[in-house]
Amino acid sequence: MTYEVRESGNMAVVALEGDVDLEKSPTARKVLLECVERGRDVIVDMASVTYIDSSGIASLVEALQAARRQGTAFALAAVSASARRVLELARLDTVFTIHPTVDAATGGQ
Amino acid sequence: MAPERHEGTRLLQLRFRAHARRLKEVRAAVQTAVTRAGCTPACTRDIVLAVDEACQNIIRHAYEGDTNGEIVLEIERQDRDVVFWLRDFAPPVDVSKIKPRDIDDVRPGGLGTHFIRHVMDDSGFVTPESGTGNLFRMSKRIG
Repeated sequence: MTYEVRESGNMAVVALEGDVDLEKSPTARKVLLECVERGRDVIVDMASVTYIDSSGIASLVEALQAARRQGTAFALAAVSASARRVLELARLDTVFTIHPTVDAATGGQ
Repeated sequence: MAPERHEGTRLLQLRFRAHARRLKEVRAAVQTAVTRAGCTPACTRDIVLAVDEACQNIIRHAYEGDTNGEIVLEIERQDRDVVFWLRDFAPPVDVSKIKPRDIDDVRPGGLGTHFIRHVMDDSGFVTPESGTGNLFRMSKRIG
């Protein structure tokens, strides 16, 4: 898994690419929590996530809860079909705000 | 626990270290094996997730992060079922402590067992013939 963080104003778009699995999810967790803790509204671009497991989902949930505690936004965008299936299995597809595209999430910023 | 009983045609046997780094190649091998067995793409995707989660349980809970431990994965075709055997050589796990958490309780962690039970038709520990380690069996009807 690789990642890229693009910041614009008070918003950070974190693009994850590849497999977010037991080996790589600690990296995803770290970068997501860092963005949240800097007070940014965070959009996770998941278009290029090829696989995600329970550890990857746990990283997303932890970041979502951190954002809620401090009153900032945390949303997913362009969720790949395989990642959406895992979110559905975890019944988290209705817990996260999910935007169809990154542009829809950022309002074109 | 039921005894170990192999009755099918072996599709895959894989022996690997209990290390997170190895799971990507395990997933690829499982994907190839169950696709050849006739699973649909959606079913294959779910099975790969369930087997991955079962391997993670061994890595994290049976071996407790000791990457010197080994895991043996066997996949068999038994009539209309595909059967997955995951063997480890760790001290026996306390089966009573393994249960899925309340899925409506939104919090990080604890989803792996829920995924396994949701995806597979049957899963549970069986008594290994060797009498040592742990043996986890999962099956999925595909025909």
